[in-house]
Amino acid sequence: MKELVKKLTETYGPSGFEGQVRALITAEVQGVADEVRTDGIGNLFVLKKGRDSRHRALVAAHMDEIGVMVTHIDKDGFARFTRIGGVRPLGLPGARVVFASGIAGSIGLEKLEDRTKIPDLDKMFIDVGAKDKESCPVKVGDAATFWQPFVAQHGRWIAKAFDDRIGCAVLIEALRTMPKPAYDTYFVFTAQEEVGVRGATVAAFGVEPDYAIAVDVTTTGDTPESHPMAVGLGKGPAIKVMDRGMIVHQGLKNWMIRTAEEVGAPYQLEVLEFGSTDAMAMQTTKEGIPAGVLSIPTRHVHSPSEMVDEGDVQNSVKLLAALFSRPVSLE
Amino acid sequence: MTLLKELSEARGVSGREGEIRSILFRHVREHIDEHRVDALGNLIVVRKARVSAATPVPRKVMLAAHMDEVGLMITEITKNGLLRFQPSGGIDPRLLLAKKVLIGDNKVPGVIGVKPIHKLKAEEMNQVLKYEQMAIDIGVTSQSAAEGLTHVGDYATFDTAYEELGPFAKGKAFDDRAGCAVLAEILKADYPFDLYAVFTVQEEVGLRGARVAAYSVAPDCAIALEGTIADDVPKKKDVSPTSQLGGGPVLTVMDRSFIAHPGMLRHAISVAEKHGIPYQFKQPGIGGTDAGAIHLTREGIPSLTIAVPCRYIHSPVALLYLQDFEHTVNLVRETLRTLTLDIIRPES
Repeated sequence: MKELVKKLTETYGPSGFEGQVRALITAEVQGVADEVRTDGIGNLFVLKKGRDSRHRALVAAHMDEIGVMVTHIDKDGFARFTRIGGVRPLGLPGARVVFASGIAGSIGLEKLEDRTKIPDLDKMFIDVGAKDKESCPVKVGDAATFWQPFVAQHGRWIAKAFDDRIGCAVLIEALRTMPKPAYDTYFVFTAQEEVGVRGATVAAFGVEPDYAIAVDVTTTGDTPESHPMAVGLGKGPAIKVMDRGMIVHQGLKNWMIRTAEEVGAPYQLEVLEFGSTDAMAMQTTKEGIPAGVLSIPTRHVHSPSEMVDEGDVQNSVKLLAALFSRPVSLE
Repeated sequence: MTLLKELSEARGVSGREGEIRSILFRHVREHIDEHRVDALGNLIVVRKARVSAATPVPRKVMLAAHMDEVGLMITEITKNGLLRFQPSGGIDPRLLLAKKVLIGDNKVPGVIGVKPIHKLKAEEMNQVLKYEQMAIDIGVTSQSAAEGLTHVGDYATFDTAYEELGPFAKGKAFDDRAGCAVLAEILKADYPFDLYAVFTVQEEVGLRGARVAAYSVAPDCAIALEGTIADDVPKKKDVSPTSQLGGGPVLTVMDRSFIAHPGMLRHAISVAEKHGIPYQFKQPGIGGTDAGAIHLTREGIPSLTIAVPCRYIHSPVALLYLQDFEHTVNLVRETLRTLTLDIIRPES
């Protein structure tokens, strides 16, 4: 699974430009899917037929990652940029970014008037080493992502874009290893989550599942002086209770807990004070869909170097496979 | 540009687009086969397919231009007969002092009051007045006299005459009457699919009309037509002008509301290049259009935004370059004529 995670995290795919991730996942699910299709916004639907085709389940992980987009090339060939999704200015200067074409750039910073204030993106620029505007190899509208290699050491993994390629990896691994699911199950690799859960908004409309689960990262409270939060790395997958965008369906959440206990997967409960996931959009689709979230605890989310625990990832696969191979209980 | 003049001088703040709707219907009626007005006030007109195509084409294409403009809503009539107000849509309060406005259906004239410079204290020179500190003066001295002319809930619009300054047009509400005028032109040509032209309501208060219109039309793809920000006045730093007058139609790659469908964007660029139509990209990350609501409708609708660059939008007076307008009409028309199913088909 490590190889799969390495490939997924090192692939380029900012919101709206998920093509390379979609191609990789399509290749990875070859032979285990009953049907593969893409929709107009770029969501990838992978259907695995179940034992009972009268019901449909949906599980989603988003393919896109945060990034930056060029807004202007100045006369000297430096590229001004804006954010794609929740990119924080702190940590950007000096970071390497890469464009779809493979062109790399370093993020530079203007001379600051006030060094005690965190500068916003308008004080920064991408330097691709161009000599002037005419020879600059990137143009307005080109998107870039962080560029970092995947690292594995003593059971912990470091990479860019664990949010949410680690979710994609968990879905793919569950697809490959699980027995026939209880219901027709749509593994949906969504587009444009980071810019407002846009892919998931339209994905659930077409599938009309009986219930839906999003697999995404969650932050932790186990680093020095962090915001207080019960979730920590290495304590198992987190079962979400609530975040800023949704309150998880009670019955679904309780069923997820019972299943974790029955299969002996460690788990922790998650209350997230910031952010949300695809489940938020799916929950309010059409007449409303019972929705839950399986979260993978992740440190340094939305930075160029996020961190997960290998055991948490393995247990997430185990729990997800168990959930979708059993009949659901929403009570 | 008699239609642009008529549309610019007509009044239609969000939720009260009736006058704009009537003008547009009068102008397009001879070119359309069907029309309806929905519950929110969107004017949906259909020009049926009139030509056939060699390659498979979409069945239904939706074009959207919003009828509403930004304005002020009267919130209180004071004892002295002055009118308090709040903005509808985004308006910079610094633009309002000493501006002429027209209030309500009866177009009651008024002026937004201002303290004479003689009486300004030094610190007041550096302050921006809040909406609560401003009032419209309609030339009466009592609450009852004001109540005879206007009501709480009436809208005030800027009183700005349309004028052509050489190759430029000056007027109010080019966002988005410029888009409405482009769409009216588009309806005169023939296409190999049913063209649903939707003149939407309530864009400025949150893309509300487009959301329900797209649900009912359920098109295969959509284009939003806009009058967009040109911030091309000289600047100290070498940064984006957002768009430039004279640069031709403006294509959006990404704004705050959506990311353009890559296939449709590529198609529009190739059409512009083939026909020698100048084009430019809007500064990514700024603003939003009806495409933001449309593309998330139902199972997702591939969408694009094409706009006429306009200086000073959301203010009492805007400026556009008439040749940009012509180029926008040409680009939209040719983009539509050559639109195939392959272009909007999902990428694998």
